[in-house]
Amino acid sequence: MERTALDLWVGLFVVAGLAALVVLALKVGNLSTYNMSETYQLQAYFSNIGGLKPQASIKSSGVLVGRVTGITLDTERYEAKVMMSIDQRYQFPKDTFANILTSGLLGEQYIGLVPGGETELLKADEVIKKTQSAVVLEDLIGKFLYSKADGS
Amino acid sequence: MPITKGLRTIGSRAVNAVWRTGYATRFFLMILFYSGTSFRRFHLIVKELFSSGVMSLIIILVAGMFVGMVLGLQGYETLKRYGSESALGSLVALSLVRELGPVLAALLFASRAGSAMTAEIGLMKATEQISAMEMMAVNPIARVVAPRFWAGVISVPLLAALFSVMGVFGGYVVGVVLIGVDAGSFWSQMQDTVDFQHDILNGVIKSVVFGVAVTAIALFEGYDSPPTAEGVSGATTRTVVQSSLAILILDFILTAFMFQGD
Repeated sequence: MERTALDLWVGLFVVAGLAALVVLALKVGNLSTYNMSETYQLQAYFSNIGGLKPQASIKSSGVLVGRVTGITLDTERYEAKVMMSIDQRYQFPKDTFANILTSGLLGEQYIGLVPGGETELLKADEVIKKTQSAVVLEDLIGKFLYSKADGS
Repeated sequence: MPITKGLRTIGSRAVNAVWRTGYATRFFLMILFYSGTSFRRFHLIVKELFSSGVMSLIIILVAGMFVGMVLGLQGYETLKRYGSESALGSLVALSLVRELGPVLAALLFASRAGSAMTAEIGLMKATEQISAMEMMAVNPIARVVAPRFWAGVISVPLLAALFSVMGVFGGYVVGVVLIGVDAGSFWSQMQDTVDFQHDILNGVIKSVVFGVAVTAIALFEGYDSPPTAEGVSGATTRTVVQSSLAILILDFILTAFMFQGD
């Protein structure tokens, strides 16, 4: 079969289309950010996780260090159990604080890790003991109204 | 009697519509049945890919660029009020990848390539080329219709992806280069919110469905058109109207399935 100029144009078209899909996947989408090199698992219990979702980011000092892999309700403690996978490069001390924070006023929720002063490090599959739950706006407003009514 | 006459017209129209639906379904199944033959003669599909895909490139690229630029401008104007201009990247990318890319690319394809397909096949029928093929024991569906169908199904997703990429580029040009939104937050917010499976893959699925719908409608209207000049022109109009409506209705149905409650 002979090659023609038509084949070249069609080939260019198909290659450009597939390249556009790759650009969408890597540059626009977050396919490239999923594969963190090596990870280890940590767990934490929160009394209220607010709007935290799986795949939410875990940050320390604003740097992305891991992702939330799963959220379940622990029926023994009746608290939310959050599974996290953390990049192997980052190790945290035993008395690290895990806080559920919000990016911006109405943004997505993420977990912020604030390291403590202890020298011993958290090992894989350990539980972060010190946690702070999400701030629920309705509760805050409720408290504010209550204290107002009390004060007057 | 005027009443019986009116009833008769309504009845005959309803019967006609059902008849046509059945014929269209049989036509669609015939295309799928004879696809094997046209894949064995792949050069026929390549030829149609050129005339429907490559020739639509310019309009798709230019339209995508300008849609992205408009999104950049309008999005900036609105987001500025809430002080969240940095979300411009995710606004532009999400609206393009989820909706505008597949829908507008398919609409442009329907009016640029779908109408041409209908006119071509309608004219082939009017000048009795189709009957001549049947006379020579060449199946016109395997030789003429099926290659065009697959060329359309292949080109619409590729065109939609190119449309989205050009749109994101247009949004980048207006938002970052001209207005001065921070480039880092533009891209990082975009990558944070656009999910590969949930957004990009669903967009591709949408455009494949639109490709099937548009080309099937265009080919059926051409094949079914009355073999007159008036008939061909009417069929071409019907192709554009019906495939545009089909795209928008299918888009609603697919969106309802894909993005429900999360």
